[in-house]
Amino acid sequence: MNLESHLRAQRDRERRLLVPYITGGINDDWLATIEEVAARGADAIEIGIPFSDPIMDGPVIQAASQQALLRGATPYGVVAELAALDIDVPLVVMTYYNPVHHFGHVRFAEALASAGVDGAIVPDLPVDEIDEWADAATNAGIETVLLAAPTTTDERLATICERSHGFVYGIALLGVTGERESVSSEALQMGTRLKNATDKPVLLGLGISNPKQAREASGAADGVIVGSALVRRLLEGASPREAGDFVATLRAGLDEGV
Amino acid sequence: MAAPHRGGGVRLDPPGPAPEGLGRFGEFGGRFVPETLVAALEQLEAEFRKAWYSEDFRAELGGLLASYAGRPTPLTECHNLSELFGIRVLLKREDLTHTGSHKINNVLGQALLAKRMGKQKVIAETGAGQHGVATATAAALFGLECKVFMGAVDVERQALNVWRMRLLGAEVVPVTSGSGTLKDAINDAMRDWVASVEDTYYCIGSVVGPHPYPWIVREFQRVVGDEAREQARAVLGGDPDFVVACVGGGSNAMGTFAGFLNTKSRLIGVEAAGLGLESGQHGASLSRGVPGILHGARSQYLQDEEGQILEAHSISAGLDYPGVGPEHASLSADGRAEYVSATDEEALAGFKLLSITEGIVPALEPAHAVGWLARDAGKMIPKGSSVVLTMSGRGDKDAQQVSELLDLSKD
Ligand SMILES: Cc1ncc(COP(=O)(O)O)c(C=O)c1O
Repeated sequence: MNLESHLRAQRDRERRLLVPYITGGINDDWLATIEEVAARGADAIEIGIPFSDPIMDGPVIQAASQQALLRGATPYGVVAELAALDIDVPLVVMTYYNPVHHFGHVRFAEALASAGVDGAIVPDLPVDEIDEWADAATNAGIETVLLAAPTTTDERLATICERSHGFVYGIALLGVTGERESVSSEALQMGTRLKNATDKPVLLGLGISNPKQAREASGAADGVIVGSALVRRLLEGASPREAGDFVATLRAGLDEGV
Repeated sequence: MAAPHRGGGVRLDPPGPAPEGLGRFGEFGGRFVPETLVAALEQLEAEFRKAWYSEDFRAELGGLLASYAGRPTPLTECHNLSELFGIRVLLKREDLTHTGSHKINNVLGQALLAKRMGKQKVIAETGAGQHGVATATAAALFGLECKVFMGAVDVERQALNVWRMRLLGAEVVPVTSGSGTLKDAINDAMRDWVASVEDTYYCIGSVVGPHPYPWIVREFQRVVGDEAREQARAVLGGDPDFVVACVGGGSNAMGTFAGFLNTKSRLIGVEAAGLGLESGQHGASLSRGVPGILHGARSQYLQDEEGQILEAHSISAGLDYPGVGPEHASLSADGRAEYVSATDEEALAGFKLLSITEGIVPALEPAHAVGWLARDAGKMIPKGSSVVLTMSGRGDKDAQQVSELLDLSKD
């Protein structure tokens, strides 16, 4: 599936986009959880590749990553298992750069493609270091999503929008992943800046924790990414069904407001 | 706020070469960071470039290094050790600086940068606590708010330094994620910085991290090598045959090597072999690591076959790190420097040997270099050679830990 055209098509239907994040290998049911979440209102799903040193992640996703590694999850294994999924929304992996570099750019990109993954987010690979990966990804048909931050200058923002594929990821606050009490003012500014710079789909992520916040943040962009709020529920033992219920409340919040 | 002054400062040698492009040392280095940090790193690079090539900044730093840090440090000829080994051993005495290690050289430079950039808060990571103490010291001097991230394991084994940091007014944050050592302290410092980047200066403690840090820290530490070279020439009438330093992240070694890169001296870095290279419990990222990306730079890291970073092991907190600065990876790849290692046991032997023969109690980190010298004198280092060894710090911080390992009452 093509990530960008899928998201554009959804957006054209006046639908606010929802991309839930799930750490790959977090529990025995993680694949079933992805299928449930896909069926309950996600427009794409972001799969976190567990890594020993996740510097953009707060305590919840750090713990999820650790739990997955202790269960024996490996980057290659997680990607390979995705091939078994039967869903009709695109998949995007979120991976730190070291596992990619370690496997080799071409090999990693090809592994993603053969597992049916559509896009990749590499949060510690900024646009000025991206060439080698971007070539490999493009050749394998993988769309690389770039991130923009509140601190990004206008000039860089333009380059990021130009070189990002699938969508543009607007970092919604100054900080790492984790739930927050409210939507930051940076989120709304980020959304507005990106919407003014590109017509690619713009999603805001980081700190968006509940239906009300999802509704609010998505007003400044095309949609949202929700990570820690879902992953915390999985760490607390949520079943695929319960994870799906939570995603359905986010969907309802985005559709109708709360 | 004003720095104490006591007349003439240290005259710094001209700047060394800048890395290429986005901080490349050969195929190593770079700036692999979350987008949030890019603007701050660009600003830091611009500020450093301006400062480092300005006579005013160099004079101000030179003044501080003299009047506050106690530079220049002596080069001490070790006659007893020389007789024992059959080689001429000269120690570059960073242990005699204020706060007791080379870390102060870098911190004073970065604190001046922070001040120029108008930052009121500094954060730092620390392993052995020496960089944390140095940062807390500079923060006290310049009236900055200071927070130091330190692995929970290191908080335990370097308790004296934790107390010193708190005495100096710094907040010490124990880090329990991962292995609870230096690698994890850097992770948490970077996570903090992603949130606080607008008003906070990240004072990194070694030649690691994203560009421009490996370059900045090497330049602020090169005073060690520049001084040692001139001092050695005065004593030896020429350059030493060997230049030896311990390597954790690699700042004391890189600062030392920088002064000798254009000489014929053989450069030797000593990594931590922990319980032995074969045990897998060590910190020898140049001897046993593979290329990878961590903490913002491409370098050599200890990792498993899946690309997960491994925990390092060393008796010394300052060498307990699964990576190394990118310039060392480059010097190792092109053969300009050679990297060897010493075990925990050899470091302890070095600790004891230098104390008893010369009356100098080394920190456990440079004790690795002494331990390696004791093992390799007459082998890799032929008899009759001259050696400059950087004594990067003093052993006070380790007294408690070592006293539990060495029973002196029996001898
Ligand atoms: C005395 C001393 N030497 C060496 C080191 C290792 O650091 P580097 O390799 O950056 O010199 C430390 C670090 O804490 C230290 O305290």
